[in-house]
Amino acid sequence: MRLKRLRDAGRAPIALTLDGAPVSAQDGDTLLTALLAGGAGHLSPNLFAQEPRAGFCHMGACQDCWVAVDGLGRVRACATPAADGMVVRRL
Amino acid sequence: MKVAVVGAGPAGVRAVEQLVAAGLTPLWLDEAPDGGGRIYQRPPAQLSRDARRLYGFEAKRATALHATLDALKAHADWRPNTLVWHIDPHRRRLEVLSAGTQATLDFDAALLCTGAMDRVVPVPGWTRPGVTTLGAAQIALKTQGCAIGDKVVLLGTGPLLWLLAYQYLKAGARPAAVLDTTAFAHKARHAPGLLAGGAVFWKGLYYMAAVRAAGVPVYEGVRPRAITGAGDQVSGLAFETARGAARTLACDAVALGWGLKPEAQLADLAGVPFRFDADQHNWLPERDIAGRTPVPGIYLAGDGAGIGGADVAERAGARAALALLEDTGRPVPQDTVAALDAALARLAGFRTALERTFPFPADLARAVPDATLVCRCEAITAGDLRAAGGTPATGTARELNRAKAFTRLGMGRCQGRVCGPAGAEILAAALNREVAAIGRLRGQPPVKPVPLAEAAE
Amino acid sequence: MSVTDTEVLIIGAGGAGTSAALHLAQRGVPCVLLERGLVGGQASGVNYGGVRQQGRHPAELPIARRSMALWHRLVEIAGTDAEFTVSGHLKLARTPEEEAELVAYLDVARAYDLPLRLVGRNALHVDYPWLGPKVIAGSLAPEDGAANPRLLVPALARAARAAGAVIEEHAKVTELAFDGTLFQVAAGERRWRAAWLLNTAGFWGGTVAAAFDEAVPVQPLSPNMMVTEPIRYFIEPNLGVVGGNVYLRQIPRGNVIIGGGHGVSDPAVPWSRPAAEETRAAMALATALVPSLAGACVIRSWSGIDGEMPDHIPVIGPSRTTPRLIHAFGFSGHGFQLGPGVGAILSELVLDGATDVPLAPFDIGRWTARAA
Repeated sequence: MRLKRLRDAGRAPIALTLDGAPVSAQDGDTLLTALLAGGAGHLSPNLFAQEPRAGFCHMGACQDCWVAVDGLGRVRACATPAADGMVVRRL
Repeated sequence: MKVAVVGAGPAGVRAVEQLVAAGLTPLWLDEAPDGGGRIYQRPPAQLSRDARRLYGFEAKRATALHATLDALKAHADWRPNTLVWHIDPHRRRLEVLSAGTQATLDFDAALLCTGAMDRVVPVPGWTRPGVTTLGAAQIALKTQGCAIGDKVVLLGTGPLLWLLAYQYLKAGARPAAVLDTTAFAHKARHAPGLLAGGAVFWKGLYYMAAVRAAGVPVYEGVRPRAITGAGDQVSGLAFETARGAARTLACDAVALGWGLKPEAQLADLAGVPFRFDADQHNWLPERDIAGRTPVPGIYLAGDGAGIGGADVAERAGARAALALLEDTGRPVPQDTVAALDAALARLAGFRTALERTFPFPADLARAVPDATLVCRCEAITAGDLRAAGGTPATGTARELNRAKAFTRLGMGRCQGRVCGPAGAEILAAALNREVAAIGRLRGQPPVKPVPLAEAAE
Repeated sequence: MSVTDTEVLIIGAGGAGTSAALHLAQRGVPCVLLERGLVGGQASGVNYGGVRQQGRHPAELPIARRSMALWHRLVEIAGTDAEFTVSGHLKLARTPEEEAELVAYLDVARAYDLPLRLVGRNALHVDYPWLGPKVIAGSLAPEDGAANPRLLVPALARAARAAGAVIEEHAKVTELAFDGTLFQVAAGERRWRAAWLLNTAGFWGGTVAAAFDEAVPVQPLSPNMMVTEPIRYFIEPNLGVVGGNVYLRQIPRGNVIIGGGHGVSDPAVPWSRPAAEETRAAMALATALVPSLAGACVIRSWSGIDGEMPDHIPVIGPSRTTPRLIHAFGFSGHGFQLGPGVGAILSELVLDGATDVPLAPFDIGRWTARAA
């Protein structure tokens, strides 16, 4: 999936990596927005269903957007501000 | 006296306002960085916070609530970014997690304003990236300025479906279609009961009219069949029209939801009994109109105590705080109490009418195909659940917590928040029992996942 | 009011009670099992799931050995393996004193033919490189393992029913009496009469015993349990420590089940819940044992109610006051593995008047005789 930026889209650029691949985002993005507007397509897969997931509720309830961030450990992407230089891994 | 208020949405803000006015300094905890709840959640400071654009007709209410929220922070022990993961009603303690650090906080009385989340029905393909809740699509728009895709179909029923369609339209993201599982005739039949809602009702009609006037394809009385796609891409939504014709819409994202359900896990852990409310089709924690529960020292307000919406939440928050103050021997303004009680009683009638207008489609949930995932976390299908209600080696699961024990439904990271309502319908249908008769998934601490800390040294 | 007659009444549908019902029914004996809630609702259903012989009180080992044979036949007996896996049980020492305890137990194990192997510090960290530096020795019981406690008792109950046993759930016993010939038991409006009574009521076994004038000092025991989200599977053996302040195992799905400390409970309701401070303490002990668990999230915690005896071994055997009353309760937090075997033993006591494992150490008289 790809989030589509509709407004406030001219914010300062930030750069992250997801599983080593660069992702361009904007200051003020949540990690979920940064990754899914930046072309990641999905977040951590579900191990039991063996299928990709990309968050479902965006409000910290569904627990479907956990990723690992260097220095922060496991976080919910929807509730974590993205920051320049973040090194993100899918679980 | 130490009063803990959990949540800083409309209910929490108005509760704290009353407590501060009474001279108390409440402990005030919220998971979000900036309060406001889901409805009045503000974007990060880097984005525009223009209230008119973000909250539309509710701009004045939102602005007023934010002003009160910001003014109150200095008068409370304000703890943003803090998850309350457990409540012990006997020792009156909260277990909290903030920035990776755990703490135990004491309280004498607690007012839980924990909000709500979308209630969903699984549709084949619903776990694919590109499918979110209606609430998620609204949050993405409101706080991040994003649509969940380029061609977005909105599916479900209830006021949020139409509000979101209108908001997408206003933001320049014309929905590919709006699919309401409630038939037009059903809504029209129940409309007279909604007149009591006054402005809320007229706003709802306005949203519906605006969406239609903009030429957004609207289908009512539909039955969704499948969300198609491959990998992390949605490609379409197949559904059946009210007349039974099979249709497919091309789209790259679907937002779905069928009303809201309370995030009442803390009330559950606090030992508040629950009852099944047939109108809301939800299990609700027991409380009186003032928010008092049968558990001493525990008060509830807002959508976490039963879905009412933001206007109700503001009043319920104030009312519960006054009840708490009164119960602890403090004088409270009786005219304010009487006015709040009258308003809450009137709005409760409107809410009942609203629930009847946009009913939860239990029949859809009961008909979820066997192969479809119900529990997203543990990947438990409708077929797995039906088998637990059949004759497995462990014997028939005649209630939902047994089915949980046998199948792992609801045992994952989200603890059954998402799958609970539909799972209950599927099991009830398999057992040929009323959904209220098979119970609800019990809450267990932690309310949300809590990481294991590194060992000392 | 109608009264149902049966041969054997059983109170308490945990592992021992359901297994007794199954074994009696298989030998054609009419029996009725009464359960206050749902089968396997307390200690037998909410425990850690350890199927462990290592570390047991020597008196329990003959029962554990018998039970283990039944665990291996579970599919045949109950139609499911209840996720029973022989993963080995690795008991760990963190101090020289704890290591000395591991060494001392080798002799016990040998006496009861329990395979057990001491693993020294160097080999331990080679074989299990994920263990933390504080672990200095271990002893591995290769025959031990784990199972899913949510499945065992319901499966035994279904099998017992299929064999002809009657199991009544939501049947909280409200009256208990012996008229010199028959036991008379009521659960609300329902009544039963039987020649035999088996007391397998867990913590509430104390109440049953007291009704026949043999009160024992049984206390509620609530294990403090939690489970993590699924993570990469790497912990094969079921892990324990000398002293037992933490224990953990990983299932192949990836979840790590961690126990340690005690929750809070009110058996009168009944109600139980883990205690947050105990959960935190167990979390810290778990990451000290396996440091790479740090960062994994706990997603659920729970407790239940077992009965604990002051000497930490159960009461098993005939009543001292009442003929044809047999007790088996107070398993003190480690009855899950024993349950199937105890049920078989109870059926033998009823039908054969004897069993092949020594029960003297479990005699209820060790408490009632002293009190007299």
